[in-house]
Amino acid sequence: MNAQPGSIAKVCLLAGKIMLESGAETYRVEDTMNRIATSFGLENAESYATPTGVQFSTEGEVSYFRRISNRSNDLQRITDVNSISRQITAQSLDAKEALLLLKGIEHQSETFPLWLQFIAAALASGSFAIMFGGSWSDFLPACIAGALGYAAMIWIEKLIEIRFFAEFIASFFIAVIAAFSIHAGFGQHLDKIIIGAVMPLVPGLHITNAVRDLVAGHLVAGISKGVEAILTAFAIGAGVAVLFAFFP
Amino acid sequence: MLLAQLITSYVAAAGFGILFNAPKHSLFQCGMVGMFGWMVYYILVEQGLDAVPASLFGSMLVGILSQLCAKIFKMPIIIFNVSGIIPLVPGGLAYDAMRKFVENDYYTAVQLSAKVMLLAGAIAIGLMFSEVIHQLMKKTSGWLHIE
Repeated sequence: MNAQPGSIAKVCLLAGKIMLESGAETYRVEDTMNRIATSFGLENAESYATPTGVQFSTEGEVSYFRRISNRSNDLQRITDVNSISRQITAQSLDAKEALLLLKGIEHQSETFPLWLQFIAAALASGSFAIMFGGSWSDFLPACIAGALGYAAMIWIEKLIEIRFFAEFIASFFIAVIAAFSIHAGFGQHLDKIIIGAVMPLVPGLHITNAVRDLVAGHLVAGISKGVEAILTAFAIGAGVAVLFAFFP
Repeated sequence: MLLAQLITSYVAAAGFGILFNAPKHSLFQCGMVGMFGWMVYYILVEQGLDAVPASLFGSMLVGILSQLCAKIFKMPIIIFNVSGIIPLVPGGLAYDAMRKFVENDYYTAVQLSAKVMLLAGAIAIGLMFSEVIHQLMKKTSGWLHIE
């Protein structure tokens, strides 16, 4: 299979971009890009991925670069890119077909409808309230606060494209709902309800991924992911703290 | 009590699978992996072990189960990893630490942050350890074939 180096680079970069935007590990992104390049017969391909940008170059060619601006978690897209990369390695796709398929994945909408995501956020929040040692009477308030908080975050993020601000407002909103439900006599532990309800927003995954990248030697990626996680945690903590500052 | 923990951790892990947009037919496995990881953590903590080694063992199991699932169902390992470690991740503690910071209680805040870093490190090492075992098995089985 001999395609133009330019179009191979396009396939590699698009695959890398989709994976990074969907929250794949950095080393896996580089691995996938190199694998695709090798199976198309490109020698000495080098790729370098960070959470905010990805580069690809081959010997004697110009090097390519793509900026990554939005990052979220989308495991379906990672799976799809992975299966395309497998097909390429098995030599059953050429560069043109692969590029078309990848473009399809890039514009693919989410698998689960929004209402199902809210229900999932609600149940996960309630479950976390129990797991962190809350009582069963905390379950329902945590569910409601979690679902509404998650909804608020998605809505505000669409309105104002600053993720940290959306997290700040959403967690403030959660704290208000939790305080109200305690006032109204539902639930016992304010802390457990709030912690459970903010879990869908909390960057626990980013923290762990950051450490993994650091240990694997991807120092730049690890540090930038860690900083993102700390900023998010700070936004959430600050949002909740606003409530405690005004209504101690 | 243990039953409640099992159910809630399953629901939490599977629910996060939906939030992370995991493939539909992997949700059941995601929940199971998360449940087993949390079970190990919960039982060890109940026995009086510190949270850091308990997280280490929990995430080791998550890593091993994820490797198995990835092999059996031919999907990238990250799907099972990510949902599986969600119950173990110190999100609640990270939140606590930040809350202490904004409440000007720096002394407790720094303590809690150090704990968060240790827990995150333990989870990462646990996941890595399972990868190490996987690679070792792959390498050694390769040798056995040659001989």
